Amino acid sequence: MSWKKALIPLACVPVIILLAYGFRTDPRAIPSPLLRQPAPGFRMAVFDGAELSLEGLKGKPVLLNFWASWCYPACYEEAPLLESTWRKYKDQGVMVVGVDVQDKEANAREFMRRFNFTFPNGPDPGSKISIDFGVYGVPETFFIDREGRITYKHVGAITPALVEAQVQALLKGK
Amino acid sequence: MISTLGGFVLFFALCVTLYAVAASVAGARAGREDWLASSRNAVLAHFCLVTLAIFLLEYALITSDFSLRYVVNTSTRGSLTRYKIAGLWGSLEGSILLWEWLQALMATLVVARYSDRHRLLMPYVQAILQGISAFFLLLMTFGANPFTRVFPIPLDGRGLNPLLEVTDMLVHPLLLYLGYVGFSVPFAFAMAALITGRPSEEWLTITRRWTVVAWLFLTGGIFYGGWWSYRTLGWGGYWAWDPVENASFMPWLTGTAFIHSVMIQERKRMLKVWNLILITLTFSLVIFGTFLTRSGILGSVHAFADGPVGIMFLAFLALILLFSFSLVAYRSDRLKGHGELDSIVSRESAFLLNNLVLVGICFTVFLGTIFPLLAEAIRGTKISVGTPYFNRVSVPLGMALLLLMGIGPLIAWGRASLNNLKRNFLWPSLAAVAGAGILYVLGVRQTEVLLAFLLCLFVLGTVVFEFTVATRTRAKTTGEGMLGAFTTLLLKGRRRYGGLIVHLGVVVAIIGIAVSSVYKVEHEQTLKQGESLSVGPYSLRFDGLAAGERPTHILVWANLMASKNGKPLHELTPGQRFYPNQQTPFGSVDARYHWNEDLYVILSAFERDGSSATIKAMINPMISWIWIGGGVILLGVIVAVLPERHLAMLSLRARAQAA
Amino acid sequence: MRSRLGRVGRAESTLPSLLGRRWGAAGLLGLALAISGVAVAASGAGPPSSNLEDRVRAVASELRCVVCQNLSVADSPSDLAKEMRNLVRELLQQGKTREEIQAYFVSRYGEYVLLAPPKRGFNLLVWGLPFLAIAAGAWGIYLVTRRWMAQREESEQPMDPSYAEQIRRELQEREGPAGS
Repeated sequence: MSWKKALIPLACVPVIILLAYGFRTDPRAIPSPLLRQPAPGFRMAVFDGAELSLEGLKGKPVLLNFWASWCYPACYEEAPLLESTWRKYKDQGVMVVGVDVQDKEANAREFMRRFNFTFPNGPDPGSKISIDFGVYGVPETFFIDREGRITYKHVGAITPALVEAQVQALLKGK
Repeated sequence: MISTLGGFVLFFALCVTLYAVAASVAGARAGREDWLASSRNAVLAHFCLVTLAIFLLEYALITSDFSLRYVVNTSTRGSLTRYKIAGLWGSLEGSILLWEWLQALMATLVVARYSDRHRLLMPYVQAILQGISAFFLLLMTFGANPFTRVFPIPLDGRGLNPLLEVTDMLVHPLLLYLGYVGFSVPFAFAMAALITGRPSEEWLTITRRWTVVAWLFLTGGIFYGGWWSYRTLGWGGYWAWDPVENASFMPWLTGTAFIHSVMIQERKRMLKVWNLILITLTFSLVIFGTFLTRSGILGSVHAFADGPVGIMFLAFLALILLFSFSLVAYRSDRLKGHGELDSIVSRESAFLLNNLVLVGICFTVFLGTIFPLLAEAIRGTKISVGTPYFNRVSVPLGMALLLLMGIGPLIAWGRASLNNLKRNFLWPSLAAVAGAGILYVLGVRQTEVLLAFLLCLFVLGTVVFEFTVATRTRAKTTGEGMLGAFTTLLLKGRRRYGGLIVHLGVVVAIIGIAVSSVYKVEHEQTLKQGESLSVGPYSLRFDGLAAGERPTHILVWANLMASKNGKPLHELTPGQRFYPNQQTPFGSVDARYHWNEDLYVILSAFERDGSSATIKAMINPMISWIWIGGGVILLGVIVAVLPERHLAMLSLRARAQAA
Repeated sequence: MRSRLGRVGRAESTLPSLLGRRWGAAGLLGLALAISGVAVAASGAGPPSSNLEDRVRAVASELRCVVCQNLSVADSPSDLAKEMRNLVRELLQQGKTREEIQAYFVSRYGEYVLLAPPKRGFNLLVWGLPFLAIAAGAWGIYLVTRRWMAQREESEQPMDPSYAEQIRRELQEREGPAGS
C-alpha cells in the first residue's frame, strides 16, 4: 500500500486528537477579560442610604458581590458568609458591597433583613452594572485591590477558604 | 432484583454478540455452514436478550421502582404513564439501551431477509452490525449502566426536565435514532463488500431501500425537532446551529449526497471509491454526533454527558474511521471504475456538483462546530461560532444546490444536446424569471428573497413541466385519462417521480425558511389591563392574568384578545410554567398557526398582582411552509420506496377506476 | 479509412460537441458560481436601516446571549438579554457604531460574546477554509471529469484500419453464400 493511500485514514488522526483535547476543557468556564484590569466605575443608589461610587472606595480593598433574592440555593448559601466577612474585616478597611440584580425591591429588602445585611447593597436598574462587569448570572463575586484593579472573579457561591485567601491577598497587596 | 437481572442480561448479550462476531468471521473464512448458522442464531438471541432488558427497564419505570438510579432521574410518581415509558430514552443510559435495541432489531431483520441470498457478504455484514452492538453493550456494562442501583431509595424521583414531558418527546428521539441506526446497514454492507474484496454494485442495490428509509427517518427527525423547538421554546425560531443540531445535520448532508451519487454508480459504474467514502463518512458522522451529545466537550442545550462515556465514544469513532478508511485504501485498486464522461453538460456533472455542494456544506458545518475547540487549543481563548457564521456560509451554497435541483432531474445522461436543454429548461426558466419579476413589482426588493424565489420557481417549473409532459405523453399513447396516466406514471416510475416530489418538498420548505426569516416582525410591550399591543395588522388586548395548578406545575397565563384589522379573532393565552425543582419558569407559547403566517405570542414578564404583563408578539409569515414542505418530502419518499407487490395492486385499481 | 464499426452513429449536430467541451463547462459552472456570488453579496450586511429597532435587532443578533445556549441577544427571551438589548438601544442612540458596541461587550465578556468570530488572524481559517475546500473540490472534479472525457475519447477511437478490414472480410465470408 503506497504512502498516498495511507493518507486517507491518517487524515482522521488530527481530528481525533483535537476531540480528545476537548475533554480537558470545560465549555462552561468562560474566562473574564476584566482580570487585572481596572474595575469599571459605577454609582449605585444604596437601599436606605446615599449614593455609593466605586471610585470613592479607592484605597480600600473591595469585595463586590452580585446577588438576587430569586437565586436559590447559591445566594442563600453564601449570604451569611458575606455578612460575617464584612463584620470581620471592616475595621481593617475592607469594603463589602452587594449589587442586587434583576430583583424587586420588596424581595431584596426581605432577603437583606433575613441575613441581617449591614454592608451597603443597592439595586442595578437596567442591569448596567452587571453588564459592565461581564456578569453572566448570580452569584458572582469580584475581589478588587486598593488601586481599583480586579484581582479575582468567582462564579458561584463563595466559600470561607476562598474569601480568607483572597481578602488576605488584598490586604497584603501594594 | 431488576437491577441485578438487568445487568446480567446486558452482560450476557455482550457475550452473545462477541460470539456472533467470532462465529460469523470464522465461519466465513473456514467455510463452515454450521458455524454460520450458529452465528445467525446468536443474532436472534442477542435481539431477544436486549428486548428483555428493555422490558425490565420499562417495568421499573412504569412501576416507579426508585431503587434504580435511572428511574429516579427520569420520572416521578406523578408523571403520566406515557412519559414514564418515554423515560426510557430520557437520559443517557436508557437512550443508549434504546439505540442498541434498534441496532439489534435491524441486525435481525437484515439477517432474516438477506441470509439466503447474499451468502458471501452476509457473514461480514453480520459481524460488523454485531460489532457495533458489542460497542454499545460494552458502553452500558462499563460506563453507563441503566440498571445501577441507588441507595438509600428515595421516596420520589427527580423527573425529567419539564421541557421533555411533552408528546414531542415520544416522537423526536425515535425518529432520529431510526435514522441513525438505519445508516449502519449500508455501512455494514459496504465494509463487507470491501472485506470480501468484491466491491461490486451488489451492495448498493441491496441496501438502496434501507438507505432511503433511514434518510427518511433522519429527515423526519430533523424537521420534527425544528417544529418542536418552534412551538415550545419561545424564541420563535426553529434552528440555532447548536452543536447537537449540527450533529444531526451533518450525516443528513452526506447521506443525501450518497443517495444521489449512487445513482451514477448504478448506471455508469463510476465513483465506487467515492461512494464508499461517503457512506463511511455518513456513519462516522452519526457516531460523531452521538459522541458530541454525550461527551460534554461542546456546550449545548441537548448535551447530557457523564464520565467515561465520552472517551469510549471517541475511541469507537477513532476505530471506525481508521478501520474503514484503511479498508478503502487497501482495496482501492479493485475499485477503479472505468469512468467515462461524454460531456460536462450532463446529469453526471450535475450529480458531481450536487455532491460537491452537499459535502461542502457538511465540511463548513463541521468546521464551524469544532472551531471553538481548535481556537481554544491554539490560542487559549474561548470564542463562539454561531448563526451569523453558518448562515453566511451556507446560504450561497444552498442557492447553488437549488439550481442543481432544478437542472439535475431533467438534464440528459451522457450528453445534453442543445435541443434537450431548450426543451426541458426554456419554460421553467421563463416562468421563474416572470415570477421573480412579478414579485419585484409587488414590492419584494431584498436580493436574497428574490434570488431564492427565482430558483425555487425554476425548480417548481421543472417539476411541473416534467410531470405535465410525461402525463400527457402517457395519456396519449395508452389512451388513459389524465388522472389514470398520472397515477400509473407515479407507480411505474416511482423512484424518479418520488424523487421529484421530494425536491418539491425541499423547495416548499426553503420558501418557508426564506420568507419567515426575512419578513419576520416582532414587538414587545408592557401592557396594563385593557391596553393593547399592535404588531402588523394584529392587535392584542391584555385582559388580565390568571393562574392555575396543574399536575406537575403551576401555570400563570395572560388572557389576550387578538383581533386583525379591527375584527376580533380569538383568545391567546401565553404563560409561564413554574416547576417545583426549577429555579426559573419555562415559557408556554400560544400562537395562531396558519398556512400563510403565524401569530406567535409569549409572556415575557408579569406583575404578581396581575396589574401588568410584558407581552412579546411576532408574526412569522409562511413559516408553516417549512413543516408542510417536510410533509411533502415524506410523501415523496414513500412514493419512491413503495415495493413492487403493492405497486401492481394499486396500478390495477387505478386503471379500473379510470376505465 | 473508417469502417462502419468505428464511431457509433449519432444523430446529433456538431454544435453540442463544441458546447460539450468548453462552453458547456464554462456555462454550468459559471452559472452556479454567479448565483453563489450574488447570494454571498446579498447575505452580507444589508443596507443599514434607519429604523432604530431594526438597528438594535441587527447589532443584537450578532451578540451571544450569555445565559442561554447558542441564542443571540436579539432572539433570547431571557431577562439579561432584554437588558442587553436596552443597552444596545441606548448606545445606538448615543451615536455609537456597531463596531464600538461590539468592542464594549468584548471588553466585558470576552470574544465569546460575539456570535461569529471576527475576521482577524486565526479566525480567518474558519471563514476561509470552506471556500478553499470547495474550490479544491471543484478543481478535483475538473481533473476527474477531464480524465473521464479522455477515457471516453479513447473508447471512441476508430478501429485500427487493418483490423477493420479483417472483420469486414470475415463477415463477407459468412454472409457470402446467403446475403450478397
